[in-house]
Amino acid sequence: MKGLFIISGLGVLAMLAEIFKFKKLLYPLVLIGILAAYATNFMEWNNNLNIPMFSNMIRFDNVALAFSGVILVTAFFWFILANDYFEQDHVTDHFALVLFALVGAIMLTAFSNMTTLFLGIEILSIPMYVLAASRKRDLASNEAGFKYLIMGSFASGFLLFGIALIYGATGSFDLMAIRSFISHAQGSLPVFFYAGVLMVLVAMLFKVSAAPFHFWAPDVYEGSPTVITALMSTIVKTAAFAAFMHLFLVVFGGVSQTWSMVLAVVIALSLVVSNITAATQESVKRMLAYSSISHAAFMLMAILANNRGWASINAILYYSLAYSIGSILAFTVLYNVSKSRNSSNIEAFNGLGKRHPFMAACMVIAMLSLAGIPVTAGFFAKYFVFSVMIGTSFKWLIILAILTSAVGVYYYFKVIIAMYFKKDDSQEDVVMETSHVLLLAITALFTIVLGLIPNYVIEIFT
Amino acid sequence: MLVGLLIIIPLIASLLVFFTKGNTSRTVALGLSVVEFILALAVLFQYKHNPASASLMLNCPWVESLGIYFAVSVDALSMLMVLLTTFLVPLIILSSFNTTYEKPNSFYGLILLMQMALIGVFTANDGFLFYVFWELALIPIYFICLVWGGENRGRITFKFFVYTLLGSLFMLVGLIYLYNHTGFDTGIKSWAVNDLYIAGKSLSLNQQSFVFWCIFLAFGIKMPVFPLHTWQPDTYVTAPTQGTMLLSGIMLKMGTFGLIKWLLPIAPLALEKWGGLVIGLSVFGIIYASCIAIVQKDYKRLIAYSSIAHVGLIAAGILSCNQQGIQGAVMQMLAHGINVVGLFLIADILMRHTGTREMDKLGGIRNMNGNFAVLFLIIMLGSVALPLTNGFVGEFLLINGVYQYGPWIAAFAGLTVILGAVYMLRSYQAIMLGERRDSAIAFGSLASSDKWVLYIICFTIIAFGVYPKPLNDLAEEGTKAILTYIK
Repeated sequence: MKGLFIISGLGVLAMLAEIFKFKKLLYPLVLIGILAAYATNFMEWNNNLNIPMFSNMIRFDNVALAFSGVILVTAFFWFILANDYFEQDHVTDHFALVLFALVGAIMLTAFSNMTTLFLGIEILSIPMYVLAASRKRDLASNEAGFKYLIMGSFASGFLLFGIALIYGATGSFDLMAIRSFISHAQGSLPVFFYAGVLMVLVAMLFKVSAAPFHFWAPDVYEGSPTVITALMSTIVKTAAFAAFMHLFLVVFGGVSQTWSMVLAVVIALSLVVSNITAATQESVKRMLAYSSISHAAFMLMAILANNRGWASINAILYYSLAYSIGSILAFTVLYNVSKSRNSSNIEAFNGLGKRHPFMAACMVIAMLSLAGIPVTAGFFAKYFVFSVMIGTSFKWLIILAILTSAVGVYYYFKVIIAMYFKKDDSQEDVVMETSHVLLLAITALFTIVLGLIPNYVIEIFT
Repeated sequence: MLVGLLIIIPLIASLLVFFTKGNTSRTVALGLSVVEFILALAVLFQYKHNPASASLMLNCPWVESLGIYFAVSVDALSMLMVLLTTFLVPLIILSSFNTTYEKPNSFYGLILLMQMALIGVFTANDGFLFYVFWELALIPIYFICLVWGGENRGRITFKFFVYTLLGSLFMLVGLIYLYNHTGFDTGIKSWAVNDLYIAGKSLSLNQQSFVFWCIFLAFGIKMPVFPLHTWQPDTYVTAPTQGTMLLSGIMLKMGTFGLIKWLLPIAPLALEKWGGLVIGLSVFGIIYASCIAIVQKDYKRLIAYSSIAHVGLIAAGILSCNQQGIQGAVMQMLAHGINVVGLFLIADILMRHTGTREMDKLGGIRNMNGNFAVLFLIIMLGSVALPLTNGFVGEFLLINGVYQYGPWIAAFAGLTVILGAVYMLRSYQAIMLGERRDSAIAFGSLASSDKWVLYIICFTIIAFGVYPKPLNDLAEEGTKAILTYIK
């Protein structure tokens, strides 16, 4: 809870920095602030169970704290990655926007009312629309922001409509009230309630960019500045999944027969479409965009298998942590490579294994983790999803997931092959700042350690 | 504790080697792999002394809430496989002394890392741990083939990787499925191999069939069994010699070992139903691969196909599921591992001394280097399973085992003896005998490291052929233990 205040305060402070001229101080302040928010998260663990705040609008239980912990850790790493993003113009605006997006993300982990859900999504999305277009002289960036805005608003419309229908049926915005209404109604719910649930589902699927609601994702990911893409595919995803999980495991779990088949079809589509399209991409950035769709499908599988109690939540938590850290690792390498070679195409990676063995090794770890190969974190993430799925009636999805992961290996390994096998024909050397070297070392280590000792994350809720 | 050391030493060794430079890498790697072999002998001694000794087991929790333990132990079967691995790795490293590789520290580091994973696969007693080691073994060999391989290595190693990964993911599903069926009486789920056996037996035929095919796919691809073999010849030819030796000498045995320990006892009903089909495929593979081997021009490719033929017979023996079949398979795994490393070294020597492996362009080398001709002959005879060589014991038992399953199928499987002799003797004739070709003129004498490797291999072939009893006893013991689980 206090974390949310700290981050909001930082956001306000960032807006004031331009006026009171402490722009230089802002970057260290933000890093410290995030650490402080993380620390308060720790202190609140097990301490404020089920204390509803603001007339039950928001509730920081352990699940919320865990997910906001993941978001804060990722945010800390992200700020190190994005240090020179804050050295161009509009420094304070950038800071404020990112921090407010973080506020939205944290709200999404802890909402306990439909209105807070909507607020969270909007607070998260609106800064992201602006950030996507933040390279304002670049046509692609403008296009990205514009597309994101149009499609995002459309999804918000769906969400609002869905919420309204659910309110109409149940007479409440409160999640627990809706939940108990569902369990008391025992199947005799009005039809428009189901329509409302499905509309909320569509809106959420849009936010996590699952097929067939994914069309915005590749263009937006490619057009936005690389660091913003990293932000979208880690923090925004984690937050959206926390919200998705909260809604569909906790609140609408009672009417799973209405949405589970829809979700299964969406997962199947996402797996096939994303992996096959990713395999044909030339740009690594775009490839990562498509791969994030397939990772979304994996996390959705854990939601689909909703009958396993805490196991699903643990699996999603672990998956989002593993995926976020792995993505930060991959994006750090991609960012440095594309900066010095002016291209994020796969050829830019040619010969990196010789030129910069450390960076190449880190990229290998990232790719192995995203592809789900032991003993990286990504492997356990996939394993936990499989193990919650295998008890359900959707075993065919597991087979499909395996077949498509083989395709996934193809495009992840294209990068590895380029780094170690292809000859390097460009002259520019890839240089990296010390902070990025450190970031790579820490996140790579994190990925391996998380794969060796998954206990702490996976046993967090029992 | 000893068994823990077996796994840790190669890991530490590989880290050490990563920090060395130049020629010291290979010396350090060789030294440490010899230490590992000595340790394996110590484990053998301990095992002979007291098979139930606590130092041969290690069982500590890894992810306890999911029943995942770091459980490794040595029994008769895994003892043999560990001996094979630790015996071959120093030879493989020694055989590389005449080739200069770029970045030798990474090269030897990866070989030792692979050794760690292989020993892990052979000693794991926990289904999950087994899977992790299984996958882990794939990564070093992928990089060995990708970075130091020959032409078209990007495409070929990639095909290899995807094939094996796909197989092992299916195995993972099979194992998770089993895991979910453990503890039906106690309520505690477990990955321990014995619990998986019990869970497997409690399943119905259809469920067992699902598990059987999921797991078999992984092993079948690794070995490889017809029709899953298409990655193999290209990969063997493209990989650097040491990579090929690791792949065929040891990694292939992961598949056959897996069949014995991780498939037969788990799905006995499915085995009864589908065993015949798989044996049929394996035997067909023997004939198919032998026929292709006969028409090969490149010697390395010929050995690659011969390896498919040999492994086909091993698979048939294992799936016939009787004492002779499985015991023969174990013996043949050992023999094939040693012989195939020798053969690939010979292919490498030919390449280095004459610049070609095309058999049309070779000939008359015997006149240039009689010593080499004798060594080559011994290894070649070992691989066609002449009596008094190591190949004979295993092949005899295998055909015996398959005969007990079905005389007709044994008749076809027996063709391997004849066809094997055809391509092996023909290749020997083409390379060593006949008129001296231009390529043979500069053949010269062998480098001492090559000589040593060949001497050791030839000595083992003969020693093991004349007096196979100690190994045979272990194989028999291991087979009996597995068969008690099945029956």
